[in-house]
Amino acid sequence: MELVVALAIGVLTGSGVWLVLRSRTFQVIIGLSLLSYAVNLFIFSTGGLRSGAAPILERGAAGDLATHADPVPQALVLTAIVIGFATTALFLVVLLAVRGLTGTDHVDGREREG
Amino acid sequence: MSGWADHLVIAPIVVPLVAGGLMMLAGEGRRGLNAALGLASTAALVVLALALLRLADAAGQDAAVRVYRLGDWPALFGIVLVLDRLSALMLALTAVLGLAALAFSLARWHRAGAHFHPLLQFQLMGLNGAFLTGDLFNLFVFFEVLLAASYGLALHGSGTARVRAGLHYVAINLAASLLFLVAVSVVYGISGTLNMADLARRMAGVAAEDRALLEAGLAVLGVAFLVKAAMWPVGFWLPPTYAAASAPAAAILSILSKVGVYAVLRLWLLLFGGEAGASAGFGGAWLTAGGLLTIAFGTAAVLAAQNMARLAGASVLVSSGTLLAAVGAAQVGVTGGALFYLASSVPAIAAFFLLIELVERGREVGADVLAVTREAFGGDEHPEDDEEEVGVAIPATMAVLGLGFMGCGLLLAGLPPLSGFLAKFAMLAPLFGAGGDGVSATAWALLAALILSGLATVVAMARAGVDAFWASPAGDAPRVRVVEAAPVALLLGVCVGLTVLAGPVMGYMEATARSLHAPQGYVAGVLPAPDAAAGAGR
Repeated sequence: MELVVALAIGVLTGSGVWLVLRSRTFQVIIGLSLLSYAVNLFIFSTGGLRSGAAPILERGAAGDLATHADPVPQALVLTAIVIGFATTALFLVVLLAVRGLTGTDHVDGREREG
Repeated sequence: MSGWADHLVIAPIVVPLVAGGLMMLAGEGRRGLNAALGLASTAALVVLALALLRLADAAGQDAAVRVYRLGDWPALFGIVLVLDRLSALMLALTAVLGLAALAFSLARWHRAGAHFHPLLQFQLMGLNGAFLTGDLFNLFVFFEVLLAASYGLALHGSGTARVRAGLHYVAINLAASLLFLVAVSVVYGISGTLNMADLARRMAGVAAEDRALLEAGLAVLGVAFLVKAAMWPVGFWLPPTYAAASAPAAAILSILSKVGVYAVLRLWLLLFGGEAGASAGFGGAWLTAGGLLTIAFGTAAVLAAQNMARLAGASVLVSSGTLLAAVGAAQVGVTGGALFYLASSVPAIAAFFLLIELVERGREVGADVLAVTREAFGGDEHPEDDEEEVGVAIPATMAVLGLGFMGCGLLLAGLPPLSGFLAKFAMLAPLFGAGGDGVSATAWALLAALILSGLATVVAMARAGVDAFWASPAGDAPRVRVVEAAPVALLLGVCVGLTVLAGPVMGYMEATARSLHAPQGYVAGVLPAPDAAAGAGR
């Protein structure tokens, strides 16, 4: 479980960083989205990872603090998802404005010569 | 929670939120109503900030904090707002800047694009929240609020240059926010708390095998703040963005870079002070070195600037670098001087941004670049200007603007008699006055950096000033309305006030620095005593 999550975060981060460093605005926004998925998974995983555990309570068992996942990272990740979504949408607007004003999708607003 | 005075702490967040919300309801069409609401809200913020300043200082002791528990949940379960001297100081700076920027925009800038007024209110709300909160994740949320508003403000007025610079600004800040999130979750994963005071209390007790990871998390957090503060290798986004932004937006953005400095100042002194056990002083050398490099880069940028907006952007870099280097020195006296520098440089830079727009109004585009090229290549000075010039040599408007420009120059370069000089002196004096035997290399480096950056600023300002004010007027003198000159006068007046009242102000700054360097008071204020014994075990 840990290995799968760690690999997923790593692959998402790697692809995200590579895309953010590319020269087209669309690649940058996809890169930032991948990075934010990686970060969200990472936050989620700090609450503890378990497989095969009951969602809240085992049938007939008394509740015990040790069997619950930490709820705070889940609250954090919800907030992070909402904020990330909103700011990415904002970035999309700026991206379209740049495309409209400069006529190119290069991040510097002009094609490199040569 | 009793009495209205207790609820005063949250008012700087609620007032702009309500005002901004009402503006959205009123709609973009009713500009007069929006402007009136905005003026009322920012004026209320100034009054509130002054009241809170008195409140924070009134208690007399060094460790005076006022805690506002949201929903009255105890500190570890709920989010707390904490008002101490540092937050009160930042609130006051924000309120003054907000009022100046709004008043300036009323002349014409607020008509240049949609939703200027609500964006400004939300910007102020985010800033005030970031300065007040005592919770790491809440700090992230307020950072996002102020950043989202600043994206809108930076793009206000549209145009290719603004949108292009805005794209870079948004991308950099999105990436920095992701770093912030990673860092916060690492810190939470190790320490089990997001409350800053609780985190400070737990620093000493962190297990040895976890310490490296926690420090790494906090270092990533530091990088996220330093991107905002525009430290050298991560600050290249700043000059183009600020230079491209419209004047009132640039004025309010000039405190945005100081939010990063504030966060570093607050968290670094809180978490890595003497109480932190094995982690004490972690990263201080990096802060100083980064600050010095930022000053060096900013100085080069100041000298290389080909127009005044770039010059102002570069001086933001210099002031950020100065603050970071001074904070990294980790001495009470130096921190006090740095706070005075903060209070003097923020209004000075904001006034400069406003002034630039007024001065540039009367000049043809590209005049600066031409002038610099002429200097470099020694082209002919005045091609056909031999006709006799009749009339007033310097129009009155230009004289007023020139005086303001001179004030900004003196403040930014740190020359007497204005507060910029006092601030630099207050930073340097403790570095050299402390020990008779040998002054550390860092102190010499900081001295050299401050003096040289001041010299570079004088050179660059003099060059820009000669070009703008002593050149033969190309056309009409710029038409400046009183409502546009008044904010500049207000901001410069704040600096003059700081100079005249330097004694009491410096006393306040020193008290602030003492309480920042002794975070026990902050921790005890946020977490009441019986609770403190129970939580110390972890």
